[in-house]
Amino acid sequence: MKVYRTVRMALKALGRNPMRALLTTLGIVIGIGAVIAMMEIGEGSSSALQKTIASMGANVLLVFPGVTSTAGVSQGSGSRITLTAQDCEAIAKECPSVRAVAPTVRARTQIVYGGENCVPNQMTGTTPAWLVIRDWANLAEGECFTDRDVLSGARVCLLGQTVVRELFHGESAVGKEIRINNVPFRVVGVLATKGANMMGMDQDDAVVAPWTVIKYRVAGSTLSNTNQSASSASSDSSNMVSNPYPGEAPALYPEQSSTQTQNNPMLVRFANVDMLMAAARSAEQIPSAIQEITAVLRQQHRLREGQEDDFDIRDTRELTDTLSSTTTLMTNLLLAVAMISLVVGGVGIMNIMLVSVTERTREIGLRMAVGARARDILRQFLTEAVILCLVGGAVGILLGHGGSYLVETLLRWPVKTSPTAIAAAVLVAATIGIAFGYYPAWKASRLDPIEALRYE
Amino acid sequence: MNLIELRDIQKTYHMGDIAVPVLKGISLGVAQGEMVALMGASGSGKSTLMNILGCLDRPTSGEYWLEGQEMSRLSPDQRALMRNCKLGFVFQSFNLLARTSALDNVAMPLMYTAESLSERQMRARAEEMLRRVGLADRLAYHPSQLSGGQQQRVAIARALVSRPTVLLADEPTGNLDSRTSAEILRLFQELHERDGITIILVTHDANVAAHAKRAIHIHDGVIVDGAYSAPSAEMPTGGIQ
Repeated sequence: MKVYRTVRMALKALGRNPMRALLTTLGIVIGIGAVIAMMEIGEGSSSALQKTIASMGANVLLVFPGVTSTAGVSQGSGSRITLTAQDCEAIAKECPSVRAVAPTVRARTQIVYGGENCVPNQMTGTTPAWLVIRDWANLAEGECFTDRDVLSGARVCLLGQTVVRELFHGESAVGKEIRINNVPFRVVGVLATKGANMMGMDQDDAVVAPWTVIKYRVAGSTLSNTNQSASSASSDSSNMVSNPYPGEAPALYPEQSSTQTQNNPMLVRFANVDMLMAAARSAEQIPSAIQEITAVLRQQHRLREGQEDDFDIRDTRELTDTLSSTTTLMTNLLLAVAMISLVVGGVGIMNIMLVSVTERTREIGLRMAVGARARDILRQFLTEAVILCLVGGAVGILLGHGGSYLVETLLRWPVKTSPTAIAAAVLVAATIGIAFGYYPAWKASRLDPIEALRYE
Repeated sequence: MNLIELRDIQKTYHMGDIAVPVLKGISLGVAQGEMVALMGASGSGKSTLMNILGCLDRPTSGEYWLEGQEMSRLSPDQRALMRNCKLGFVFQSFNLLARTSALDNVAMPLMYTAESLSERQMRARAEEMLRRVGLADRLAYHPSQLSGGQQQRVAIARALVSRPTVLLADEPTGNLDSRTSAEILRLFQELHERDGITIILVTHDANVAAHAKRAIHIHDGVIVDGAYSAPSAEMPTGGIQ
């Protein structure tokens, strides 16, 4: 028997009892709908996560100074002063896999504009390359400071959106003068909105300025950040009482012991930075970038063969992997639940098909009497089941898609259409039709025509 | 040789350990173009014989020749093919598909025919058959919209649509009132006389049997009377073409 004839016959048979067909497919509709919605929401949240990660900057490598420990007590990252701006320049010059590199200096202090004040989350001293690495180079307003500003230690800064909102209340910030730790700064630009990072920290609550000025005019030594027993330096506290005369506190030159002075009569302006941020040219070049940076830094720091690195390179990909594995786990879990509902739907189909076979026993007997072979009957009932499942699957796909659209518009969850999920859903629906339709169809085909015709 | 030839057909049902013989050696012959009534009280074995004639069942022993072909040893699929091509069934309870037009009901057996007809050819043949039973104006009607007599006419058209050699009618008037019964029997006679179709009518009603040229009486699984036609009887030739 030709395929289209079988399909047409099955459609006619289903059309004779449309309400029952509708209710039968409901299980599949809900199951497939749930699967599609789960997949789309899952894909959406993982792509949103990718976006958040990308907002940190693509293929970013973080170079931290090494860790020191005193009598077995770790002083924490940054407790050793090893990274310098010269390291940064050397990396920029000598590492072909590195797209951009920038030094960063952190500070945490109060900024004041008129009667308003706030303490931004991040106060970063860096070079313009930092914005390139962070994928933040398009400013909302104004212009970025220049490399020249960095060299000259110009008192200019960029403000994040949150800071602008808090200090300026809708006024334009560009060209205004604010005070950071009582040092006057001119606002040259406003950063574009970036949103929260992976940890939920507001990235717009930020101030960016040339690292030289942050280093020498605002922040003190970063050592004091972690070493709490040391007398608190003025610059890393927003409490101004301890430091009535700010701006004079940080020593530009580290204090030298008498031996050092004798050994090194020349003055060394040792300008360490807290961290270097580098971006590899592509995700594939991250390992080679790490190798090159390691080689350059070891040379810069004059480390001998066998000596441990006095710095740490961290790859943000590990973080990415950890975070995305969590969402993948959740999605898979929900998918498993949705799959169970699909199986329940399949059992529903089997149930109704069995009822249908019993109810249509006389029809089956008649069809056999007029010449239908067992396999014709099998094919007919199997086709009916598969059609039910496929139609249910199609409606389920639409419903799931609509559901995820609703979630997107009403709950503002990120959602992403997934062609793979749709293909899989169609496949699953057909498989369920065959798997759960086979038994009733087989039962129908095994009926004895004489008995079936006599059935009341 | 006769169109249908049964030789010592026996059928025994097994109910647990007890063997129940239903047909105890039936031998009969039906010639091409005959109209025969198969008569017997209920329980006489006439339904079983009918099932064997209709290739729905196989005899326990004996031979069944239809158009020179031995039927009792065929596989189920081959028997299905025989039912489709050589045999037409008319049932007491019509057995039409509900919520399906008369035309589709009639065309249904063609779906299973080995020879592949186009949709249009199938419709044309079904229409032709419905016209022949006098329902040309009821093509799109569903069984529930037709009277009992009309339903049986649809069933007869369905039985004839694949141009069978033999038409088997099992109590075709059992569910009909006497007036419609007469109409249906007239239709059978007409088909028999005009188109020369071989018809076997199963009935327990002597009035119905009276329409046939010959009656085969069966009692307790044995043929009492009329197993073979009288040699002098004139045979119309040719099946329905």
